[in-house]
Amino acid sequence: MIRVVLPAHLRTLARVDGEVELDVTGQVTQRSVLDALERRYPMLCGTIRDHVTQQRRAFVRFFACGEDLSHESPDTPLPGAVATGAEPFLVVGAIAGG
Amino acid sequence: MSKVRVLVGTRKGAFVLTADGKRKQWEVSGPHFAGWEIYHLKGSPADPNRLYASQSSGWFGQVIQRSSDGGKTWETPGGGVTFAPSGMPKGESNKFVYDTSPATGKPLTTHQWYDGTQHPWEFKRVWHLEPSLTDPETVYAGVEDAALFRSTDGGKTWQELAGLRGHGTGPKWQPGAGGMCLHTILLDPSHPGRIFIAISAAGAFRSDDAGKTWRPINRGLRSQYIPDPTAEIGHCVHRIAMHRSRPGVLFMQKHWDVMRSDDAGESWREVSGNLPTDFGFPIDVHAHEPDTLYVVPIKSDSEHYPPEGKLRVYRSRTGGNEWEALTKGLPQSDCYVNVLRDAMAVDSLDRCGVYFGTTGGQVYASADAGDTWAPIVRDLPAVLSVEVQTLP
Repeated sequence: MIRVVLPAHLRTLARVDGEVELDVTGQVTQRSVLDALERRYPMLCGTIRDHVTQQRRAFVRFFACGEDLSHESPDTPLPGAVATGAEPFLVVGAIAGG
Repeated sequence: MSKVRVLVGTRKGAFVLTADGKRKQWEVSGPHFAGWEIYHLKGSPADPNRLYASQSSGWFGQVIQRSSDGGKTWETPGGGVTFAPSGMPKGESNKFVYDTSPATGKPLTTHQWYDGTQHPWEFKRVWHLEPSLTDPETVYAGVEDAALFRSTDGGKTWQELAGLRGHGTGPKWQPGAGGMCLHTILLDPSHPGRIFIAISAAGAFRSDDAGKTWRPINRGLRSQYIPDPTAEIGHCVHRIAMHRSRPGVLFMQKHWDVMRSDDAGESWREVSGNLPTDFGFPIDVHAHEPDTLYVVPIKSDSEHYPPEGKLRVYRSRTGGNEWEALTKGLPQSDCYVNVLRDAMAVDSLDRCGVYFGTTGGQVYASADAGDTWAPIVRDLPAVLSVEVQTLP
């Protein structure tokens, strides 16, 4: 079970409280986690990564295990602690103005 | 008794203001979508309970919201768990993808960038949503970078009406200070296929075949700030308004100049007359008097506030040229707010109500066609848009 922490505005949009738990089959990567997230919550499509290019939106960051993974390849395996559910994968809205 | 519902989009959420036909006591609901920019929300003329809202943020992009109960509850159209044949979620209500050239698969066109080079179109947000006059499931979206999209399934999926960008002048369009936005969409009730749109800073355009083909309608506009002041395109049109009973007559607030067309945009003439300044953003027409207009003069393009610190709506009862200042109930000293292009609306009660919102967060209402004004609310976030629905 993969744990994902969403920023407050996206929790409101997806109508969830607290962490989201997802089943991810195969390798646990940014791409497979976000695919599973969007499959469960289609209203989040386009809000974290671009609809067409699948690029991370400029003011969204990905953190896990105390590291900034935003610039990692979307197909790089996430840390083992995320894959086992010991640590959450954090989607963060960057501090960028009002 | 009739009532009115005022839909207010702000920098940090949407608000719904309701009152009975007297328009004295108001209930305020909101903020809806708190923290998000709500550029526009508008109700369907065919089903007043169907509302559409454009919700966006610099962090998370564009979201379309829809209500089927007059704004009590909202949903992202298609945001439930539905799947395409590929197994991927459909969730496409916030997906605005520009058409590409059918021949090459490459971008349809580019536009002029600030440095004179050509630049690809990049979607930023929906500025304006215009529901169909007859079908609650059909709605048009004017977006930045300028293009027109249409949904025929209640906002679930969107298709570009690419004949607008592709008609030939696109490479000459360039952004205004607020971005290159398509901000005005007028549907002609007497010619079902006729659509007027306006873009900053390209100008006004018309389609007579439901959006398939387009042409510029800017003859008579004169803009000193462009190399050829009477060019076919390049004019910074801020807003166009029409009266339903006489859709061939159009009124325009341009960057500078208030203009009028009596031939569906084929030609324009200036009707600024005795306005203290002819710069401004919104323009609207009285619900029952097609020659009664409202504008809010703003000092200049670099000083976006009322002249002399006096917030004055100007009304013409003669279709332009002769204007009177409406001041009763509006601040007449030390007022330095702006009124944005989508932030004025009229109801269709008798007497006609007029509403506008300011960048200072006030929404003012007049229940007597502008003779007197009072604030409904004073301290909202900066107001981006105001629409009103007259309900039975």
